[in-house]
Amino acid sequence: MAELKDKKRYGIRDVIQSVGLPTLIIGVFLIMLLFAGTALGIPLSALLSDTMRRAGMNGILVLAMVPSIQSGTGPNFALPIGIVCGLFGLVLSIEFGFTGVTWFVVAVLLAVIFAVFVGYFYGKLLNAVKGSEMTIATYTGFSIVAFMCLLWLMLPLSHPNMQWFMGKGLRETIQLDAIGGAHILNDFLKFELFGVIIPTGLLMVFFALCLIIWIHSKSKMGISISAGGINPQFSHASGVEINKNRISANIISTILGAVGIIVYSQSYGYAQLYNAPLMMAFPAVAAILIGGATASKAKVSHVIIGVFLFQGLLTTALPVANRVFEGTDLSEIMRMVIQNGIILYALTQVKGGDK
Amino acid sequence: MKENLLSLKNISKMYYGNKVLKDISIQVKKGEIHALIGENGAGKSTLMNILFGMPVIHSTGGYEGTIEMEGEQKDIKTPFDAMGMGIGMVHQEFMLIPGFTITENIKLNREITKKNPISRVLGKRLETLDFKSMNADARKALDTLDMNVDEFLPVAGLPVGHMQFIEIAREIDKENIKLLVFDEPTAVLAESEADNLLAAMKKLARKGIGIIFISHRLDEIIKVADRVTVLRDGEHVVTKDTGETDKYEIAQLMVGRKVSIDRVDSDRHLDQNDCILKIRNLEVGMPGERVKGIDLEIRRGEIFGIGGLAGQGKIGIANGLMGVFPARGEVEFNGTPLDLNNPKEAIKSGLSFVSEDRKGVGLLLDESIELNIIFSALQIHNNFLNKIGPFWFKDSHRAKTHAENMIKELDIRCRSGSQRAGSLSGGNQQKVCLARALTLNPKLLLVSEPTRGIDIGAKKLVIDLLLKLNKELGITIVMTSSELAELRSICDQIAIVCEGRIEGILPPDASDADFGLMMSGSYNRKNGLEERRGS
Repeated sequence: MAELKDKKRYGIRDVIQSVGLPTLIIGVFLIMLLFAGTALGIPLSALLSDTMRRAGMNGILVLAMVPSIQSGTGPNFALPIGIVCGLFGLVLSIEFGFTGVTWFVVAVLLAVIFAVFVGYFYGKLLNAVKGSEMTIATYTGFSIVAFMCLLWLMLPLSHPNMQWFMGKGLRETIQLDAIGGAHILNDFLKFELFGVIIPTGLLMVFFALCLIIWIHSKSKMGISISAGGINPQFSHASGVEINKNRISANIISTILGAVGIIVYSQSYGYAQLYNAPLMMAFPAVAAILIGGATASKAKVSHVIIGVFLFQGLLTTALPVANRVFEGTDLSEIMRMVIQNGIILYALTQVKGGDK
Repeated sequence: MKENLLSLKNISKMYYGNKVLKDISIQVKKGEIHALIGENGAGKSTLMNILFGMPVIHSTGGYEGTIEMEGEQKDIKTPFDAMGMGIGMVHQEFMLIPGFTITENIKLNREITKKNPISRVLGKRLETLDFKSMNADARKALDTLDMNVDEFLPVAGLPVGHMQFIEIAREIDKENIKLLVFDEPTAVLAESEADNLLAAMKKLARKGIGIIFISHRLDEIIKVADRVTVLRDGEHVVTKDTGETDKYEIAQLMVGRKVSIDRVDSDRHLDQNDCILKIRNLEVGMPGERVKGIDLEIRRGEIFGIGGLAGQGKIGIANGLMGVFPARGEVEFNGTPLDLNNPKEAIKSGLSFVSEDRKGVGLLLDESIELNIIFSALQIHNNFLNKIGPFWFKDSHRAKTHAENMIKELDIRCRSGSQRAGSLSGGNQQKVCLARALTLNPKLLLVSEPTRGIDIGAKKLVIDLLLKLNKELGITIVMTSSELAELRSICDQIAIVCEGRIEGILPPDASDADFGLMMSGSYNRKNGLEERRGS
């Protein structure tokens, strides 16, 4: 009898070990919320549609965490660097007068060019501060956002769709409707299945990028990047140039951040400048951690699981909480608790650099 | 005859089923300097840990035997018990607080205090320090050691030799001090400082304090110790009066054990002039294993051994050649100069390295055996790769076949090549490391501590494997090991490293005494040598 009990406990522990505690808790919680939502009369199809849309919208930003974690620099808390590169490409493309699909393509191209350039120097910075990458990254992200606040005001950009109505500088929120840029991916091949709206174009772009990152991680370069992350001494002794790898990985991460924000903005319908990118790294970090990644190990599958779970939770929690506790802002509070709680949990799991 | 101060009777200690101390009995008399000598792993530190009641002893099942202090049986459970009994330790690394003055360091946690109004209310911990009497005490302790440095100076910035003395002053300032243990106290000192220290030790002994002196410097032992105890492989070899022995005998006793020479063709012909590796003035900045300028020539096709005690720098040589730690000097490999500090170039030119740090540098523990075997060749030689578009991809089929071949050839015991490397036993992990090194098709294989931390059966297998690689594939092997017997069983010649330099190169069948003297760094003090040859 006692033996049986032991065996069972062991089994549960095994499940937790393989799925990961955060993934399990959030997963169970999400299912509970979905049940509660249906019971309260919120249509399931609406919840699922929203989840799809938000997952696709945030997915690439979460994917940006993979290369940086694999290279050993930890989750890319400096995601705002990539984001401002993306936003810069986006506003330049508007300034040049492009609209619709051309606007999107030009924005992405410009953003990638900026991201490669900026990511290189960011990678160099991280190599100079080995051991405290995560802290430095967080504050680098904050600083670049503050710096860009000045630039958004001072840059000589004057397209009427983005300028303040009075005075100089760019608006805080730029409507993409006006240049035909809103929902271009979302609406591409969009269809409805049992009342659930599938944003095909959006999801296709997300999964295509996932595929590229996955293929890259299986290549010679990908193997050497992740070996350098797992065991720097081993890789050094095997002749791997770790510093170069860390720079490459962070360039890729910055590019993904830049592309990610353009995809995000078109889905949202607005591009948000100034302080908007400030906190954007945190939900992305939380999502990949919920998906089962740790601060030192991440796979593309963690991104997909994590982004659907986390965004699903947020979309479902809002209407449910509003029904249950009317007139409160509980869901926003819950988002903060879950998001920051999960990051805190993951950071406590980080083992010291030297085992 | 002076009375016994400390007697250790029939001390034995097991670590995880390994007997590391077997029936050790040692007596230390009042006012005696008792030297303790032995190779690494002979049991010196374990014995001292028992004497100090260190937690590591009790958490691993305690010890057998009895400890008597002044005729009374004692049970030492914690370091506090040891301190209470008057046993003190002078550490090899200084345990001093640099920003504090000498007095503060000496009196740390034993401060003399005066009452003040606040402490009357809030208790003893807030009493004022009585610097006057503390300084006086510190002065007294320093005077005992003939130290004329001012007691109010901060410790930071003092010469190393002074710091050592302050450590000692702290111990002798304790009122009940009866027994002092010096653990390799002269290792970090210059010669003149070491002489001062030895004089101080003698002075303390004259005051009736018993001293246990752990050192590997034979000359010092002969100079100051009254008696010397030699430990070897956890066994008590002998205790002798230093007057009745000499350093040759001690060296011999320290090293001496049965050596089997496994090489059947040990007299085979090697071309003396065909050097595959020439090292000139190599310096390596590996912490704890610093190499301070060595010259070596390795002949093509031989197995070259590098031996010596731990911390003397033997490990640093291979690490420096491979670029794992920063190195300086001139190295010529296979006729061309070798670019130091560049692991990639070193591997490309045909060097290959099996690290002493198997779990840290040697393996990706969480990855498959297969990836561990092919990793370096894949990264450096672009083996096992297919090119698709702009990317190089792993050729899974070839990688798998190669890994399976290696597993079969080196007899790696595992379920399959996809098993995690970390789940293998030590011996099999070592074979995976060797497999990776061999996958690089090296001209010269550097192997560091190949048998460290693996069980005896597996040791033999690894050694046989190295011998086989040398004989059948003609790979030149440079093997670094702390186990002299192992080196002597397969090497063509053995260099002994002491204090970061090559002390000498010996054939494997040289005498135990020669090896012992070289390891303790007293081989090259010529006078001694001639004196002995004369007798």
